[in-house]
Amino acid sequence: MNAAPIHRAGHRFMLDPAGAVFWPARRALILADLHLEKASFSAARGALVPPYDTRATLDRLALLLRRYAPDVVIALGDSFHDDQGEARLAAEDAARLARFEAAHRFVWIAGNHDQAMGGATMLRDEACVFRHQAAALEAGQIEFSGHFHPKARIATRAGAIARPCFVTDQHRVLLPSFGAYTGGLEVTAAPIRALFPRGGQVFLLSRERVFAFPLAHAAKAA
Amino acid sequence: MIAKITRVIRLQIVNKSKTSLPAQFGDWFAARGWQVRPHQLAVLGAVAAGENALLIAPTGGGKTLAGFLPSLIALADDPRPRLHTIYISPLKALATDIARNLEAPIAEMALPIRVETRTGDTPANRRTRQRSDPPHILLTTPESLALLLYQPEAADYFADLAVIVIDEIHALAGTKRGDQLALGLARLHALAPAALRIGLSATVAHPGAMRDWLSPDGVGGATQLVLGEAGAPPEIGLLIAPGRMPWSGHMGLMAAEAILQQIRGARMTIVFVNTRAQAELMFEALWRHNDETLPIALHHGSLDVNQRRKVEAAMAAGRLRAVVATSSLDLGIDWAAVDQVIQVAAPKGVSRLMQRLGRANHRLDEASRALLVPANRFEVLECAAAIEGVAALDLDGDPPRPGALDVLAQHVLGCACAAPFHPDQLYAEVCRAAPYALLARRDFDDVVRYVEDGGYALAVYERYRKLFRDSEGFLHVRHARIMRQFRMNIGTIVEAPVLKVRLGGGRGGGITLGEIEEYFVTMMSPGDTFLFAGRRLVFQGIRETTVMAADGGTGEPKIPTYVGGRMPLSTNLANRVRAMLHEPAQWRHFPDQVREWLELQAWRSSLPAPDDLLVETFPRGGRWYIVAYCFEGRQAHQALGMLITRRLERFGDQPLGFVATDYVLGVWCAREPHDIARLFEEDMLGDDLEAWMAESTMLKRSFRNVAVIAGLIERTHPGGERSRRQVSINTDLIYDVLRKHDPTHILLRATRADAAHGLVDLARIAGMLARARGRITHRRLKRVSPLAVPVLLEIGREQIRGGEAEDALLAEAEAEALLAEAGFAGDIASSVHLA
Repeated sequence: MNAAPIHRAGHRFMLDPAGAVFWPARRALILADLHLEKASFSAARGALVPPYDTRATLDRLALLLRRYAPDVVIALGDSFHDDQGEARLAAEDAARLARFEAAHRFVWIAGNHDQAMGGATMLRDEACVFRHQAAALEAGQIEFSGHFHPKARIATRAGAIARPCFVTDQHRVLLPSFGAYTGGLEVTAAPIRALFPRGGQVFLLSRERVFAFPLAHAAKAA
Repeated sequence: MIAKITRVIRLQIVNKSKTSLPAQFGDWFAARGWQVRPHQLAVLGAVAAGENALLIAPTGGGKTLAGFLPSLIALADDPRPRLHTIYISPLKALATDIARNLEAPIAEMALPIRVETRTGDTPANRRTRQRSDPPHILLTTPESLALLLYQPEAADYFADLAVIVIDEIHALAGTKRGDQLALGLARLHALAPAALRIGLSATVAHPGAMRDWLSPDGVGGATQLVLGEAGAPPEIGLLIAPGRMPWSGHMGLMAAEAILQQIRGARMTIVFVNTRAQAELMFEALWRHNDETLPIALHHGSLDVNQRRKVEAAMAAGRLRAVVATSSLDLGIDWAAVDQVIQVAAPKGVSRLMQRLGRANHRLDEASRALLVPANRFEVLECAAAIEGVAALDLDGDPPRPGALDVLAQHVLGCACAAPFHPDQLYAEVCRAAPYALLARRDFDDVVRYVEDGGYALAVYERYRKLFRDSEGFLHVRHARIMRQFRMNIGTIVEAPVLKVRLGGGRGGGITLGEIEEYFVTMMSPGDTFLFAGRRLVFQGIRETTVMAADGGTGEPKIPTYVGGRMPLSTNLANRVRAMLHEPAQWRHFPDQVREWLELQAWRSSLPAPDDLLVETFPRGGRWYIVAYCFEGRQAHQALGMLITRRLERFGDQPLGFVATDYVLGVWCAREPHDIARLFEEDMLGDDLEAWMAESTMLKRSFRNVAVIAGLIERTHPGGERSRRQVSINTDLIYDVLRKHDPTHILLRATRADAAHGLVDLARIAGMLARARGRITHRRLKRVSPLAVPVLLEIGREQIRGGEAEDALLAEAEAEALLAEAGFAGDIASSVHLA
């Protein structure tokens, strides 16, 4: 397993192939869009999808917590699929999450799905801002955000391959969704393209490493 | 093989010559100048004796009339208003067509009989009326029948049912639609025990199994097998286009001019192709040469229904000289006077080819005329083998398989929507359907539990249950919303998401040409040219769920492709091709180029022997290639390719990739592989395989279908996209999570059973490896052999999928992107391409 380093505003950030960013200088682990309890949300609407999504997401989170032993975990919003999600947690999942929170400081930023749960709307640390959805930036700011669940489609000699990805330029880092049941939005879609007017890079997730491509490369897969 | 089929036939043939037609019907036959055929009387006799009948007869033998005679005669006698007969066909169009055909006898004999169709296209008000006031004869599809059966009033509705006619039964039995129909028939048997079944089918490989399928007890009881007279044998020839016979490719476009020549010589030709993309290209190629503007049309499953109906009507009216078609014209619809069938590119199977030949067989005693057009050198062999196979009536077709559990899950919820059920009773009923005759009670109970609350090991969905049990053990649906949701999701056909294509659509204007798959659309940008519905179109953009397009466009067009378009080669045909390769005496009909190619192969390497496995190794462009002539079909070769690559990895030979065709597997490595015999040893079918299967795209695609059919996730309904996207969950993600946390869940079991194709392919590999033990002919060559050229040309053209393969491809693409950025225009991947 290899994380890919990127450098922004004099800091080094590691893009982990599991879909999280680690900031060594602050020992901070950054993730977006966990969408916990999405399955039970669907179940209430008649689609009895397997109820293991929270467990699967927490399993992957546990691996990252072991790997990086972060001081702080910054969750960039939509951590629960809906405002009642926390109340639906199975007892053992709730206990596990509480153990994580006892061992690491968690900053829960509010997203559009879990707005009523009372998370902060934004976090600042030096030049870095952390929020759910990308917004206008001041000069010199570096922004970490989620919300869009970016995925990129890359042409290969045997057809196009689509994977969740990070999207970055000099100012923004857009994180893929960390949830087990979350889909994605192509980076060619207008809302994502508008955030990167001068192009950028995509980093596609896989088991062992991330694969880097110019954003323009993902724009059109023939 | 032939001997076996004829023996079955002789044992079971029934000839009740004592039966005769009532005078009114006899006069009608006479007035038309017809003689009632023995098989028509035999069906009548079976019904009179209170038995079911399976009629197997070639096209053009009055099969449909045989199916309806018992009902027409009974209703002429007793026309009290009631639902007397239902007719089920796999195609909506066929139901409509049959309604038209029944008009003649009913009108001419002035029978007081009402016939109506009921399909997905029937307007809602008519459907409502049909429920309160049914016709005597209702013509429908398995899906529409299921909807009727799952209504609370089903028991009353079907109470007087006397006859069930199932047409083109071979196209249903053995599929999930067939499973659903079999369950529906079992239900009908419970509601109307006296109703008799009449099955109609073209020639099939396993008539005994088909009879079991039709019978009310699932094991062939009270069901007679009736065989129609054989038609005249077809006249089939090879059509070889002048010029060079291509090494590879499957489109056959070089033959367009020669095909046009043949079209000129016939009244009406169907040009059959294998994929919709090929249909578009062939249609365009024919029109490029069509100087005298012969009326030639296009017909495939993605074209808009109205466009297709127009083409069919023009065919029926004799206004067309040719139609380029895919399997959309394989079945039914006998009104057009087709006098020639041309099959372009590999026929892939004898049964499939015979079905297509039957399209030109409107008179039983006339031979149908057909031409096969091979698209490359290997296909010359395959076409020749298919001609032999047809002459020998060497039918292929899978033996019956157990019914699918996802279909059963849908049925269980459907039954609950109709009325509360007791699991013991429903289990007994389900077991009377042949596909479920051997269903274990445990599997049935697991399916019921799945329908109740998802059936997960982690029981947290108590409050979201769909069914509840009353004190007597009956299961009830929890609320009306569940029934509504269920009715929106009935059926076993799962299609990839599609977008409509609209031509010249200003505000509400324009015409709908048909549908293309969403994933193809994501690869286009505004201004791109694409070929669809026989037109060259410019892609303008997407509005809501519609692709906006205009005529025109420049540059090389893209052609929409569709998932699952390619058929694997049947085992029968593969064996014939293999045998043919080793019999130079049979090459004399081949074009010179093909004969020389094979002779050159014999001289430079060897020809694959029928029971040996020929493996060649040779260096090329700094790599070592292994080419194995297995002839087991593309899917089997793909599985084998994955296994061989893993083994090469362990041997330290550094495998770099592989490519599979229907005939051959090609693998390439950085180092020379030496121990070829060890490489193909049988023991490779172990753990590797299990792991590979679980990861494979095939299983994920199967899971998606299972999840939709079993009602785990909702179907995509056109227009409903936007709101759905919020809740819908990608089934690949569900599959991964479920496999890890609940590996024995019923849906995973259903998925594994579903991948039966894959398992059949594995059986083919296992058989091949067993045969090859100690019989591997290894040829170490200095360069590529003539027979290996086609497979090397396939490199880079095929789709590879699956975790590790994808990562390797991404790494390759990443390296190329980096090189491009650094100013190298080199194309690493395609450096193996031949000049």
